[in-house]
Amino acid sequence: MAHISGGISTSHVPAVGAAIDMQRTQEAYWKPMFDGYEFSKKWMKGNTPDVAIIVYNDHASYFGMEIMPTFAIGIADSFAICDEGYGPRPIPEVQGAPELATHIAASLIRDDFDMTVLNVLDVDHGLTVPMSLMFGEPDKWPTKVIPLAVNVVMNPQPSGERCLSIGKAIRRAVESFGEDLSVQVWGTGGMSHQIQGSRAGLINQPWDKKFMDDLVNDPENLQYKPHLEYMIEAGSEGVELIMWLIMRGALGEKVQEVYRFYHVPASNTAVGHLILTPKAE
Amino acid sequence: MESSFDEFKDIPGTTIFTIEKSREGFWLNQFCMSLRTAPNRERFLEDQRAYVDEWKMTEDQKKAVLDRDFQRMLELGGNVYFLSKIFATDGLSYVQAVSTMTDMSVKEYQQMMLDGGRNVEGLRSLKKGE
Repeated sequence: MAHISGGISTSHVPAVGAAIDMQRTQEAYWKPMFDGYEFSKKWMKGNTPDVAIIVYNDHASYFGMEIMPTFAIGIADSFAICDEGYGPRPIPEVQGAPELATHIAASLIRDDFDMTVLNVLDVDHGLTVPMSLMFGEPDKWPTKVIPLAVNVVMNPQPSGERCLSIGKAIRRAVESFGEDLSVQVWGTGGMSHQIQGSRAGLINQPWDKKFMDDLVNDPENLQYKPHLEYMIEAGSEGVELIMWLIMRGALGEKVQEVYRFYHVPASNTAVGHLILTPKAE
Repeated sequence: MESSFDEFKDIPGTTIFTIEKSREGFWLNQFCMSLRTAPNRERFLEDQRAYVDEWKMTEDQKKAVLDRDFQRMLELGGNVYFLSKIFATDGLSYVQAVSTMTDMSVKEYQQMMLDGGRNVEGLRSLKKGE
């Protein structure tokens, strides 16, 4: 049977992708941030999953306002790289895992999560920057990917409770898949940042650190944090952090914290990163 | 459970992109989406007025685009991820564009970020002034 072998959370700042693509990771501004991912790249080499379910949000790169799905899952063979206005990132296409993805999509819908099913999807920095951070710059990505897109752009976004619950449902779906596969779930976005209005540039380090603590140890209470608090305390774009709850829900009740990293700033954003593994229940 | 969008208006210096705002900004945001292809970006830069006139935007929205008044675009229903296609077309980064919505120069804004970002103290609520 397939199983959940780990969970990754990380910010997905577009400028981080640009710094990698333009070979600027060793510059003074960027080096401390990229150094924080050296452990993760090494860890990932020894723990490469067969499939990564990457929970992310599209940033008006594929979805316009014609269709704004709350939860959408990509079941295609492969996913092309979006042009976000600067030309597409020079990275390999992302390979899908259509059989597992189809199984998960069906399982989630039967479990009362009304998924939008994507047979065509181009992916943006929300999905690809975490891949670059965890895998570096390979000619071909070492793992297959199931994109799970969450609307965090247009309010109302799905509630924290709904996000934790869909994570738990993803675990049930993975564990009922017949093939023996190692599957990770990644939650991307955050941490505190606001990229609009006169309050832009907001960073809230104590809040971010508490969020990471609670995500690890107390997700059952964290799920009830209202969106308004994310917006006030972590900035209007900090609400992306609800996607970390999906990852956490998929890992089960208790987790082992393998690694934690936090850094300010990357462009407008506080970078947070966790590696978690499930603990036997 | 959030029942109203009004509570967002109490957050200082912040425009939350709600489903209501998305109606107002639909064509502005769709225009932005068109800039995802290089030929459209070139055509827009060649004759910006002619290009915005191809879209069912209000005159206010068109003017805000031509003036690169991102704050005004937010107020008229634009969302920053959509608007990013405009500043990407101009060759600007998020930091360069975002700082124009604040009272700081790009340099001052960058320094604030290096110093740990903007502190939330005093920026939580207009009503409570905290």
